[in-house]
Amino acid sequence: MLEFVIRRLAISIVTLIVISVIVFIGVRMIPGDPARVMAGTDADAAGIEEIRAKYGLNDPIAVQYVRWAALAARGDLGRSIRTREPVITTVAKKLPITVELACLSVLLALTIAIPMGVLAAVRRNTAWDVAASSASLCGVSVPNFWLGIMLILFFSVRLGWLPASGFVPFWESPLGNVERMLMPAFVLGTALAAVLMRQTRNSMIGVLGADYIRTAYSKGLAGSVVIFRHAIRNSLIPVVTILGLQAGALMSGAVVTEQIFVVPGFGRLIVEAVFTRDYPLVQGVVLITASSYVLINLLVDVSYSLLDPRIRIGGAP
Amino acid sequence: MTPLSSRTSTDPGATSVLPELPEPSTAETSTPRRRGWRRVRRRPASVVGGVIVAIFVITALGAPWIARTDPIATNWSQIRKAPTWTHPFGTDDLGRDNFARVVWGSRISMQAGVLSIVLAIAVGVPLGLVAGYYHGALDQIIMRLTDAWLAFPFLILAIGLVTIMGPSLGNATVAIGLGATPTYIRLTRGLVLATAAEDYVHGARALGAGDVRLMGRHILPNIVSSLLVQATVSIPIAIIAEAVLSFLGLGVQPPTPSWGTMLNAAQQFLDSAPWMAWWPGLAIFALTLSFNLAGDGLRDLLDPKDY
Repeated sequence: MLEFVIRRLAISIVTLIVISVIVFIGVRMIPGDPARVMAGTDADAAGIEEIRAKYGLNDPIAVQYVRWAALAARGDLGRSIRTREPVITTVAKKLPITVELACLSVLLALTIAIPMGVLAAVRRNTAWDVAASSASLCGVSVPNFWLGIMLILFFSVRLGWLPASGFVPFWESPLGNVERMLMPAFVLGTALAAVLMRQTRNSMIGVLGADYIRTAYSKGLAGSVVIFRHAIRNSLIPVVTILGLQAGALMSGAVVTEQIFVVPGFGRLIVEAVFTRDYPLVQGVVLITASSYVLINLLVDVSYSLLDPRIRIGGAP
Repeated sequence: MTPLSSRTSTDPGATSVLPELPEPSTAETSTPRRRGWRRVRRRPASVVGGVIVAIFVITALGAPWIARTDPIATNWSQIRKAPTWTHPFGTDDLGRDNFARVVWGSRISMQAGVLSIVLAIAVGVPLGLVAGYYHGALDQIIMRLTDAWLAFPFLILAIGLVTIMGPSLGNATVAIGLGATPTYIRLTRGLVLATAAEDYVHGARALGAGDVRLMGRHILPNIVSSLLVQATVSIPIAIIAEAVLSFLGLGVQPPTPSWGTMLNAAQQFLDSAPWMAWWPGLAIFALTLSFNLAGDGLRDLLDPKDY
């Protein structure tokens, strides 16, 4: 067990280092003087000099990387060109909004996907199954930004039920917050629900064919007990992994969703940063996103090995 | 999850059985091709999907002949007009014909979707081949790079790359292609690991075949069908990615008609001209759905598992 965690941790650390090298090189690839790139086009000579001194831009590239990585590891990702605010502060302000959105969408996705997946598996090859699979296929295929626009068109413009855009903090107005988060969360959760449903169905079908399910039936347990107590529990383990792997898709989805519904979160931040050529901010956001993806999957893998002893005994990552 | 591990076959050799090669002459009436067609016929939805994809391909190729109006000609007397016979999809905020723009947009989507995946295959397959074939340090280096590359969410990576390279269709295509590359490295590596252990590969090596020949003549042809199936999964994702980048203003630049830029423009006029949002979105939806349906059929057709 410990060995598994250590090995998994080592791989994650290597991955994080490679990620930081990629991000570091990425910014160096922007044409022009890196000091000017990091300081912004309208920075004065003193500002550029400050950046040059901080990152030691006259040193060899490897030394520059180590200095930059050491600062980044301590949370110093530089300052936004536009607002002069430390990148980490900006991110800390925006992140909770996106986390709320993501949590809501995961919740919505699970509520839709698990019952549908279980139903499709239990009633395999019936109209239920076909309907669930078709819905899942549509969910994977529909472009989420178009779905968002259509929802606004229907629920805001046509029916006037929900506000089309904006954000209200939960502690200011819980109802206003949920009202505005409902459509974005649904849009963000659609593709996830589709993927999770498929996974639930497949793993549930696998579990239903297992010996211990036959045993459970043969000792006279009611169908519902077998399904709820034995089958669902075991079939949800792979679903957790998929959830971790989908974290990246969720972050990508948040970029688009926040853009459509004007949610001032992390995703909108990166698009704004790109348009204002705020390179330190883009760099910081990309680095944080990729690192959190690695950490989320590390947590998922470790918790997975806790849930399922076969993993840590088998030792497969 | 890698596509490989999603195969829940009970037959351990299933992933490496040759799909294209005819089986020994014991095949009576059921040749692999006939069995394939029978499987496809059992999936009418896939056939419909394939037909719709074909229609989109024809539309993309024949855009100048299908759309009789100029997709970028503005007409100030025709601003945001509802659909009519002359403008079946209505007109946009600059008085341009939406039908012509949707038709021409299919060209951009197809081009970006297919070319980016071609790029991903061109980069990913050789790397995966090498990683899977030569184990050891090279494999470790390639796979650690792939892990790191995979940690960047697809769109975030594309946005980052477009930031460096500047927004344009070409750069968006490259960004999407590079975003899809690690999937192909992983898939190819997994397939190579399974295939390289086959007897016929050992046999060919015993006969004196070199590494390049083994990879090119014996391993690659046997993993092509799985790569092709993966391509049908990736292309719709790439098409949506192009639309998203263009929607965000990071891909195709106006006035070139693209479904993403059309939806971006439509967003401001949802109450006065909702038709501006219907058609480009429906086109993306129809194309990606058809690709997914056709891909499911192709998977059945090429899947070595015969059931």
